[in-house]
Amino acid sequence: MIRLVTDDLRPPGEPPKRHLLSVADLTRDDVERLLGTARTFAASLERHVKKLPTLKGHLVVNLFYESSTRTSSSFELAAKRLSADTLTVKSTGSSVDKGESLRDTALTLGAYDPDVIVIRHPQIGAPQLVARVTEAHVVNAGDGKQQHPTQALLDLYTLQQELGRLEGLHVAIVGDVLHSRVARSLLQAFALVGIRTTLVGPPALLPRELPAETTTDIAAIRDADVVYVLRMQNERMQPGANYVPSLREYTARWGITPERLRPGQRVMHPGPMNRGVEIDAAVADSPRSLVIDEVRSGLVVRMAVLYDVLTGGPVGVRALAAAEVA
Amino acid sequence: MNTHVPVSGRSLLDAEALGRTLSRIAHEIIEGNPELDEVALVGIQTRGVPLSQRLARLIEERAGQAPELGAVDITFYRDDVTVRGGEAPLAAQPLVRATQLDFPLDGRTVVLVDDVLYTGRTIRAAIEALFDYGRPARVQLAVLVDRGHRELPIRPDYVGKNLPTSRGERIQVQLVEVDEVDSVLLLSTPEEESR
Repeated sequence: MIRLVTDDLRPPGEPPKRHLLSVADLTRDDVERLLGTARTFAASLERHVKKLPTLKGHLVVNLFYESSTRTSSSFELAAKRLSADTLTVKSTGSSVDKGESLRDTALTLGAYDPDVIVIRHPQIGAPQLVARVTEAHVVNAGDGKQQHPTQALLDLYTLQQELGRLEGLHVAIVGDVLHSRVARSLLQAFALVGIRTTLVGPPALLPRELPAETTTDIAAIRDADVVYVLRMQNERMQPGANYVPSLREYTARWGITPERLRPGQRVMHPGPMNRGVEIDAAVADSPRSLVIDEVRSGLVVRMAVLYDVLTGGPVGVRALAAAEVA
Repeated sequence: MNTHVPVSGRSLLDAEALGRTLSRIAHEIIEGNPELDEVALVGIQTRGVPLSQRLARLIEERAGQAPELGAVDITFYRDDVTVRGGEAPLAAQPLVRATQLDFPLDGRTVVLVDDVLYTGRTIRAAIEALFDYGRPARVQLAVLVDRGHRELPIRPDYVGKNLPTSRGERIQVQLVEVDEVDSVLLLSTPEEESR
C-alpha cells in the first residue's frame, strides 16, 4: 500500500526540508507513491486543459552546469504544467563563465527565495552543497558520475507502464557503466523494487564495486527482459586513457544490433544516443525501443517529484552528509 | 484497500436514517432537474464517490433513468498544498485518487456530491477542477451533512442534514464501501481542525 510517512531523519525541532538528492534516500514506499502520483499527472495531460494550478505562486529554479536537452526541458515543462514560475540558469552565458563559485551562484539565486532548485553539475555532491546553503528544496538532476535519481524514477515508470510490472524483471545494462550516474541510480532503484540487473561491457568500463552481476560477454543480454543501453561518455573519460581500443571495436563487440536481440526484448536508452556506436539505428527506431516513452515518462515523473518535495513527500536528506564541493 | 478504523463518537445518523436521507436527496435532484438526461453526478474523492453512486442508483429506481457518473480528486487543486518559507505543510497531503469524467461536461448540469460541507474550500477546488475538463451549463451541490463554518460564498442545493457544530468538533461519515459501516458520527477533538 502506498503510504504517507513524515521525514524523521532530521533532528527534532528542525523544520523538515525535503530534497531528492539520491535514490539511496528513497524507500520502496516513496517510489510507489512517486510513480502513482506520476500516473495521475499523466491522466491530467490527456485533458484539453493540461495545466494544473497545484504549484501556483511557487518558484522553480533550474541550474544547469552541464548540457542537457531532456532533463532541463522536462523539468521546465513539469514546473509550468503545475503552474509554478520557472527560471533557468545555464552555466554558459551566466556569471559562472566569469568564475563565480557554485556556492556564490546558489546564494545569489537563493536570494529570490526559490521553492525548488533543480541542479545538474559535473561535480559529485554539488546538490548537497546547494541544499546546505539555500532554503530551497533541492532536486538532483545529475551530479558527476554519482546520481541521476529522476532518470532512474522515469525508467521505473516506463518499465511499469510498458511491461506491466517491476518485480522479477531482469534488465541488462550495457556499455560505459564506469562513468554512468544513470547506471548507479538505476542499480539502487532496481534493487529497491526487485529487478535483477546484469552489467555488460568492456572490462575497463565495468566497475567491480557495484552490487550486480557483471560480464564482458554481450551474449548475456539474451537472458534479460530489457536491454538498457548506456552512452559512451567521452566527456568523463580522462584524456589519453584507453578504456576501449576504439569506438569501432566497441561497436563490433558490444553495440546493440537487431541480431543480438531476441524477439520480445525491449530496449531503453537514457539519451542522447550515439547511433551506430552503442546502439544500431535499426534498434533505436524499432517498435521495441522505449526511448520516446522514456522522454514522455520524464515529464510526468518530474511533475511528481516537484509536487512530492513541496508537499510532504518524505524524500530523505541522509545524503546531505556526502562529499563537500568547493 | 481496507481503510476501516474503528471510530467512536456520538451517532448522529444510523444506517437506516442515512438511507432515508439519500432517498430524499435523490428525490430532490429529480424534482430540481426536469431535464434529467442532462444531469451528471460527480463525487468528490473519497466518500463523495460512493455517495454519488448510491444517489445514481436511487435516481434510476425512481425516474427509470440513470444519470452520468463521474469522480473528481481535488488534491492538485487545493489552496494549501504547501506553506511558504520551508516549513512543513499543514498536514500530510492525502493520497491522490482518480479523477474520472468520461463524458463531455459542456452544457451539462453537474451535481457535485460530497459527504461533509464545512469551509467550502474543497468545493471551490472541485469547481475549478471541473472547469479544466469542460464548461458545464450549471453546477449544483449535494452534501450529506452541512456542518457550517463556511469560509467561502458556497451554498449547497441539496442537504441531507444540517448539523451545527463547533470548530473543535469533527463529523465523521462512514460508508460501507469505504468503512464497512454506514453512520454519521460527531467526534470531539482537542485541537481545532484546519479543514
